[in-house]
Amino acid sequence: MTFISNLINGISLGSVYAIIALGYTMVYGIAKMLNFAHGDVIMVGAYISYCVTAYLGLPPIVSILAAMVVCTILGMGIERFAYKPLRKAGSLAVLITAIGVSYLLQNVALLIWGSNPKSFASVISFSSIALFNGGLIITAESIVTVIACIVIMIGLTVFTKKSKIGKGMRAVSEDKDAAELMGINVNVTISVTFAIGSALAAIAGVLLCSAYPTLQPTTGAMPGIKAFTAAVFGGIGSIPGAMVGGILLGIIEIFSKSYISTALSDAIVFAVLIIVLLVKPTGILGKKIMEKV
Amino acid sequence: MCQMAENKDRMVPLPSKSIVPERDVDKTPILETHHLGIDFGGLTAVDELSIAVGRTEIAGLIGPNGAGKTTVFNLLTNVYAPTRGTIMLDGKSTARKTTDQVNRMGIARTFQNIRLFGKMSVLDNVKVGLHNSINQPLVSSITRLFGYSSSEKKARDEAMELLAFFKMEDMANKEAGSLPYGAQRRLEIARALATHPGIILLDEPAAGMNPSETSELMENIRRIRDNFSIAVMLIEHDMNLVMNICEGICVLDHGRVIAKGSPEEIKSNPKVIEAYLGKKKEANRDE
Repeated sequence: MTFISNLINGISLGSVYAIIALGYTMVYGIAKMLNFAHGDVIMVGAYISYCVTAYLGLPPIVSILAAMVVCTILGMGIERFAYKPLRKAGSLAVLITAIGVSYLLQNVALLIWGSNPKSFASVISFSSIALFNGGLIITAESIVTVIACIVIMIGLTVFTKKSKIGKGMRAVSEDKDAAELMGINVNVTISVTFAIGSALAAIAGVLLCSAYPTLQPTTGAMPGIKAFTAAVFGGIGSIPGAMVGGILLGIIEIFSKSYISTALSDAIVFAVLIIVLLVKPTGILGKKIMEKV
Repeated sequence: MCQMAENKDRMVPLPSKSIVPERDVDKTPILETHHLGIDFGGLTAVDELSIAVGRTEIAGLIGPNGAGKTTVFNLLTNVYAPTRGTIMLDGKSTARKTTDQVNRMGIARTFQNIRLFGKMSVLDNVKVGLHNSINQPLVSSITRLFGYSSSEKKARDEAMELLAFFKMEDMANKEAGSLPYGAQRRLEIARALATHPGIILLDEPAAGMNPSETSELMENIRRIRDNFSIAVMLIEHDMNLVMNICEGICVLDHGRVIAKGSPEEIKSNPKVIEAYLGKKKEANRDE
């Protein structure tokens, strides 16, 4: 019973990682950059949701929508003002900028909301499900998180496969210059990518804080790094890869916490990543890149 | 502004001198350049390029390796911003436009080394081109997620028509990267045509093709011009192809135009022969 309970918790945590990993993987696929500020957008989303419910007293669904709107604007703003001017600069310059934006967001959050952790009230109002006479308890948060992850996954897959902008995104990710010559506005495409990734980060932030209700300015940092790991684990640039990587990472983390050591769980997660990359450098679902010689 | 190109700039001679006198040659140019030039650091890659291509003309851009032909294509599509001179597309300047805007103004191209979206289906490759020529608001692309809208059907039908034009309709659902070489070349042209250009630039379309594929390509280029009533400008090393289908030819050497005119004029131009084969004296010395 503990095993099943752990598995469910793992899948639930992994679903949050998967939703965050989507942001990393889409931005990497299209803009070919690692947006390390992504984790902190999650934190901003959670704070917005917290403020809307705690201070304005509005219902949870409104708080989620508000968080999504704010994060979308924030994500597009970060892209416009921090990354776009560096579009032609080296990848190191962009990477350092991303880390800078990450610290900026954390410190601005520290200024606004202070360092004391806020107790995040779960946005999910219905109660847990007890099975086998209370032997197995599935929290409502777990169920909602997993469902949200599946819905987002399907929605995003259909969007990239069928819609005009989605096709444009795939075209830009394959060959930016050729896409431009086909009349695709690369700037708009990258902006939309950041918008979608950040809106998803807001959802992930709310779900994460509903399950683990301590909210502080560094809340997004560790899940951000782990989701990035998940994206690499699954094969960065691949949308199903983010899903697979995220869920596997969540399961590994919960299992090592439960069966090996709570203190060592993060070390184990990253050790698994290193082993996977040694065996398959492109990640689980990553495609082999043929270098033209 | 200068709407009509000066006579000397024309790559295809005016009707009185035209090699295809029976065809009604449209005299207004779709593409004109005036004293176009670009420097890379201290190196002048292209200089003083003044050419004009009429609306339904087939023009050739030839020259020895490194003459700057692909650079000209990159200038015309604003991949490079010119250092000097102007480009007029359908009478409008392309200065300060981005590459995607220039494409929507009516210029499309293919590449020397094929650059398809390899992981997308053949149909999607063409649709990427189509989607951006049909101006659709963001909202409709979101509503389309919930159903198969009429504009999506229209795009599909048009894409299939284009594929049928190149006899590729049975390959529509294959991954573009998995197609045989010749089919990839045809798909690249189909994708470019999907953007509804007024002129299409083909960068070495016959590269790597065998003689029967090349003659099919020549047929296709003529059909493109006749069916879509657009201009074609091509870079090519296959002289048989160039001399057969081009109505006007411009010869570049070291970034400068050394000759312009009909295939007959180019064939007998001593400067062209010199650029390709070297000076007579040197040739004699080698013997």
